[in-house]
Amino acid sequence: MMKKVLIGNVAIAEAIRLARVDVISAYPITPQTIIVEKLAEMVDSGELDAKYIRVDSEHSALAAVYGASAAGSRVFTATSSHGLLYMYEMLWWVANSRLPVVMAVVTRSLGPPWNIHTDHQDALTIRDAGWIIGFAENVQEVFDMTLQSYKISEDKRVLLPSIIALDGFILSHTAEPLELPSHEDIDGWLPPREPLPFVMKPGEGFAVGNLGPDEVTMELRWYIWRAMERAKKVIIDIDKEYEEIAGRSYGGLTEKYRVEDADYIVVGMGSWSGDMKEAIDILRDEGYKVGLLRIRYIRPLPDFDIIKYCVPAKAVLVYDRAVSMGYGGILAGEISSILRGKTPVKSVVAGLGGVDMRSEEFVDSIKRFIEEYEMDKDVEWLNTYWLLKGGDEG
Amino acid sequence: MMSLPKLASYKSRGTLPGNPACPACPHNIGLKIVGKVLGDRAVVVVPAGCTSIISGVWPKAGIDLPILHVPFASAGAVASGLKAAYEMKGEDAVVVVWSGDGGAADIGFATLSGAAIRNEDIIVIVSDNEAYMNTGIQASGTTPWKALTTTSPIHGKTEEKKDLAMIMLLHKIPYVATASIAYPLDFAEKIRRASEIRGFKFIHLHSPCPPGWRFEGGKTIEIGKLAVETGAWILWEYREGRLEISRASKKFLDKGVRKPLKEYLMLQGRFKHLTENDIKYIEEKIEENWRYLKLISDIINR
Repeated sequence: MMKKVLIGNVAIAEAIRLARVDVISAYPITPQTIIVEKLAEMVDSGELDAKYIRVDSEHSALAAVYGASAAGSRVFTATSSHGLLYMYEMLWWVANSRLPVVMAVVTRSLGPPWNIHTDHQDALTIRDAGWIIGFAENVQEVFDMTLQSYKISEDKRVLLPSIIALDGFILSHTAEPLELPSHEDIDGWLPPREPLPFVMKPGEGFAVGNLGPDEVTMELRWYIWRAMERAKKVIIDIDKEYEEIAGRSYGGLTEKYRVEDADYIVVGMGSWSGDMKEAIDILRDEGYKVGLLRIRYIRPLPDFDIIKYCVPAKAVLVYDRAVSMGYGGILAGEISSILRGKTPVKSVVAGLGGVDMRSEEFVDSIKRFIEEYEMDKDVEWLNTYWLLKGGDEG
Repeated sequence: MMSLPKLASYKSRGTLPGNPACPACPHNIGLKIVGKVLGDRAVVVVPAGCTSIISGVWPKAGIDLPILHVPFASAGAVASGLKAAYEMKGEDAVVVVWSGDGGAADIGFATLSGAAIRNEDIIVIVSDNEAYMNTGIQASGTTPWKALTTTSPIHGKTEEKKDLAMIMLLHKIPYVATASIAYPLDFAEKIRRASEIRGFKFIHLHSPCPPGWRFEGGKTIEIGKLAVETGAWILWEYREGRLEISRASKKFLDKGVRKPLKEYLMLQGRFKHLTENDIKYIEEKIEENWRYLKLISDIINR
């Protein structure tokens, strides 16, 4: 085990090197670009034995690794924001083909106005497409999640593509110390990809993706549904396995932070979970019984953890960096759909377009939420509140 | 050179009897030749188009080749990825993109151009039936001027046909050719030559479509031949740094020996509304294409 100080984007490239990825496609977009630049260096210098395809667009980036994956290679690409949306069609094609493609999504706001800073709108736009989607909190987790993604996606029980979502700049461009395993640590645990679920070969009259009866389409979707269900256990198992190699595990689909006796549960995901933890510590010191359920994987959704930790609570507060216009915070919608009114859920939309949320702002808004709840338990809890900052808001 | 006995001697791969293609479909003819020449070596990438249907409905198969069906605008990139994977594994495979005109000249053009400029070791064959036929005859970038389609239903298309092969030639790739399903030996030889060259190979295949061009099904080959004999479609080949007009087209350099253009146009319902002036204008455009090709070949072969 080696200790290094790396930014999130370089940590991903290091994980790709360790995973011995065969084919990489690259198309630049801020704040992802450093990942593919670092990988280009590794391939050019011979440090990583892989094919590196400089494609013409993000749509082609995913199409190229789709092709390589269909021929049996282990593959990687990365994108952000508009690039992810430009891939949208291919995302479904990859998942519906059951190919274990792994992709990093460095989260970034969608324009207009042009904005390169983080929110979760891009990654959450694709949550129905059949990809496993994880959100990392810090650079170490970015690295660990990337390596684990290959193991999860290539697992026979899963065979679905994975996305590692990391907050633009906050994780992608911020240097943090992390521990890196070596090839000796990883090779036995992550052997070369098996030729599953199929491999395109010359000489075989074999079509992939051709027309079928309608019932077959539905049956294939059902298989994906079941694979997603199985993935919940696989993610937990692989997180535990990884602990034996790397000495770290994260709790599977969610991380539970001071939730055991909590009356109030805060739910969030991504890098600002660190600030939320700080807020929880401050509030605990002041006597508030509050804990954080950090969502690590939004797909598959950790329904069991949500029920286990949120149902016994008095109320749940969900922080969202993404919104479904005309509906509410996206994560809040997911949480309340699982709770089905058993526990009141309040949705707070904040931090869009990279607007910063500091721990004291979490402290204030959590306090206000608890006070409001205790004053009037019949309050309209499903309302969505927007925490606007700066400008003319005054 | 390709000969009939030689072509016939190849193991039959490609289209299977009773597949869902329209009667006298040119793609079936073209795919049969691709299957014969490349047979056991090919992996075929098929973007959305008529061939998505011809490939058949599972569990049946209409084409006896390994086919990866892909979204409309993705074929060039998917093929690049496939080839990269085979190269990493040290496996020998001829990766072929079999695309329609829409998938290559319009929606898939950026990815086609990207794969060409990277000089990916793949063969791209564009079976050009000059409109979006699978969706029911809508005008594409390669639909000729004035042709009637369902999106140019009364006056015909107002823009010229995109010269895809010429555009690909300017990508400085090692092999570019035009072909026609009416000249199977010429097409077969071009596929064979392409498969022996490393790098990006492009073949623009003229494919007369009975329902799309509105002619009787039995006339697919006749119309394909007339396109060449009237000079409307020119067979040429660029390889080893030289651009040559292919044997079947060579004599039509001389305007005097070409058949009257009307013979080609008037067999097709899509051109029935043309006036004498329109035909004259198209003749001038055809002459311009010949002049242009001659000039380019003179420069390249100098």
